[in-house]
Amino acid sequence: MTSAAEIELASVTKYYGTTAAVDRISLKIAAGSYSCLLGPSGCGKSTTLRMIAGHEAISDGDVVFANKVVNDLPPAKRGTAMMFQSYALFPHLDLVDNVAFSLKMKGVEKEKRRAEAREMLERMQLEAYADRRPAQLSGGQQQRVALARALITKPQALLLDEPLSALDPFLKIQMRAELKSLQASLGMTFVHVTHSQEEAMALADLIVVMNDGRIEQAASPREIFEKPATPFVARFMGNHNVITGRLINHDGDRITIETAGGSHFIGLGAHGASQETASIAIRTDHVRLADEETPGFGFSGFVTNVEDLGAMVKLSVQGAGIETFTIVLRDADYFAKPVKTGDAVHLSWAETETVVLGEVKASK
Amino acid sequence: MSDAEANAPKAISPVRSFSIASLSAYLQALPLALILGAFLLLPIIMIAVVSFWDYDFARMYPDFVTFNYGETLGSWVTWKTYLNTLRYAAMVWAVTLVIGFWVAYFLAFHVKTATIQTVLFLICTVPFLTSNIIRMISWIPVLGRNGLINTALVDLGLIPAPIEWLLYSDFAVVLAMVHLYSLFMVVPIFNTMMRIDRSLVEAARDAGASGWQILTNVIIPLAKPGMAIGTIFVVTLVMADFITVQVMSGGQSASVALMMKNEMSLLQYPAAAANAVILLTLVLIMVAGILRVVDIRKEL
Repeated sequence: MTSAAEIELASVTKYYGTTAAVDRISLKIAAGSYSCLLGPSGCGKSTTLRMIAGHEAISDGDVVFANKVVNDLPPAKRGTAMMFQSYALFPHLDLVDNVAFSLKMKGVEKEKRRAEAREMLERMQLEAYADRRPAQLSGGQQQRVALARALITKPQALLLDEPLSALDPFLKIQMRAELKSLQASLGMTFVHVTHSQEEAMALADLIVVMNDGRIEQAASPREIFEKPATPFVARFMGNHNVITGRLINHDGDRITIETAGGSHFIGLGAHGASQETASIAIRTDHVRLADEETPGFGFSGFVTNVEDLGAMVKLSVQGAGIETFTIVLRDADYFAKPVKTGDAVHLSWAETETVVLGEVKASK
Repeated sequence: MSDAEANAPKAISPVRSFSIASLSAYLQALPLALILGAFLLLPIIMIAVVSFWDYDFARMYPDFVTFNYGETLGSWVTWKTYLNTLRYAAMVWAVTLVIGFWVAYFLAFHVKTATIQTVLFLICTVPFLTSNIIRMISWIPVLGRNGLINTALVDLGLIPAPIEWLLYSDFAVVLAMVHLYSLFMVVPIFNTMMRIDRSLVEAARDAGASGWQILTNVIIPLAKPGMAIGTIFVVTLVMADFITVQVMSGGQSASVALMMKNEMSLLQYPAAAANAVILLTLVLIMVAGILRVVDIRKEL
């Protein structure tokens, strides 16, 4: 339907007073890709999106859209369209007028714009509700109206600010699939802000994990999942244990750290030698219960909690100076050799399962 | 939802909780019902009843006669007075609507911090710390023949002689009423505007709307309920006003309420009552008309 555009951020900064909400972030979003800005609330992801959209002034840096610096252009002149968190549908207008709003602003005459809006509503399977007001629709329908309203401007990129957060869990998953297939069929660049790692994993070609106004890691979902770059990413994605300790030895690709409890752990991966401390991540589902502890790749502790999640069983283990170490076992593996709270266990993992974590480069 | 809560205990022990719950509900509604009954309903009924009574120069006679209405509606003076009152209402409404809208718009959309909003809002209410009469009378030294404005203009040599129509004129009446009633327009419009979701403004801007288009396509339509409520306040206040008209027009203009006051001072209570019933009916029709055009239920 429309061409997609590439979006590039060049050390984009946003100051509120003296605090930087977004701190010199640089990012390239490929044309026609689906990217997710992921992070906890207050990490600057929404501000970043709003700066791309033109709803927030940029304090420093450049936003480049389709090879053009758009810093000073108003939202409608950028070729982006934004879908707001609460959809921001006009309560006093019916669906046709809501969708036709931007055409009306452009001065398209009434019959023409309403016909075009009806066509768009049809595509979103909303033609039956065309004469209703937004308040008479369900959350999912409202979202489709918001999409229709955004798409009628024929944008080159669609910016979505937490589009699924107002929906109930079941609908969330359904609308998620709709968004993905819509993006695939339109071939448009989508930038989606979310705080749900599950949502980001399911949708994105590129996940940008943000924290404290900075980008912690920007990579494909697979890479983020398997090779988190920083302790924050590993913790936020929720499927890794992070062990932090004093760096006592590094030998090529192999480092040894000592935790506060005095245990030693070995990790494989590149590492900046100048640091005094280092962190290692181990995937929760790649830890086994062993008969004895493997030095450097495991420890002994006792079980503090058992949660049966159905297909999986989640154990929390405390030991070796580590407060909580989570392991997730397949149900069959767990019930073959069950343990209960208070039991002493030996944990072990393969050498190749460890990831050495870096730190966010403090830019300049 | 509150119905559901009230009904919930019924399911457990239907007979007993029903009587207690319904009794306590009636008891809770009783004080307001008593006050409204004694101070609103009863007086209106009395006025309606008295409007059908007979009277002479000294007393009233309980009766059922309709000549009070006949005389009022049949008189050329009544029609002229009603038209004059409606003219005041229309002028004051138009001016207060424009002032009220822009003041509310400025407060709601251009003042960024809640503290300054509150402070400015309180400043708007400062004139209400003095009585109506004082606020009105204080216009006299400003507008009078030898008042501030005329003296200043004459001294500056801009006009050869004082302007006569500043005081004791329609201009003075409308000015004083606008001064008295603008806040009744500002408050409801400000209230409605504060409830407009700011993301709607952004969504409009995202769709390419200019500042003026946002105003006409989003803010004005959504502020309509507030404007309707303000209109009801202002129109009913102006329709019932007599003191402003009397003082500011210097007795040269009349309003319906002033006519009633004169009738009462002549002890023609039934005639005044008939006039009151007519005025009440007219105002209720106007309010009903406003409510038909704008749905204000969301604001209540």
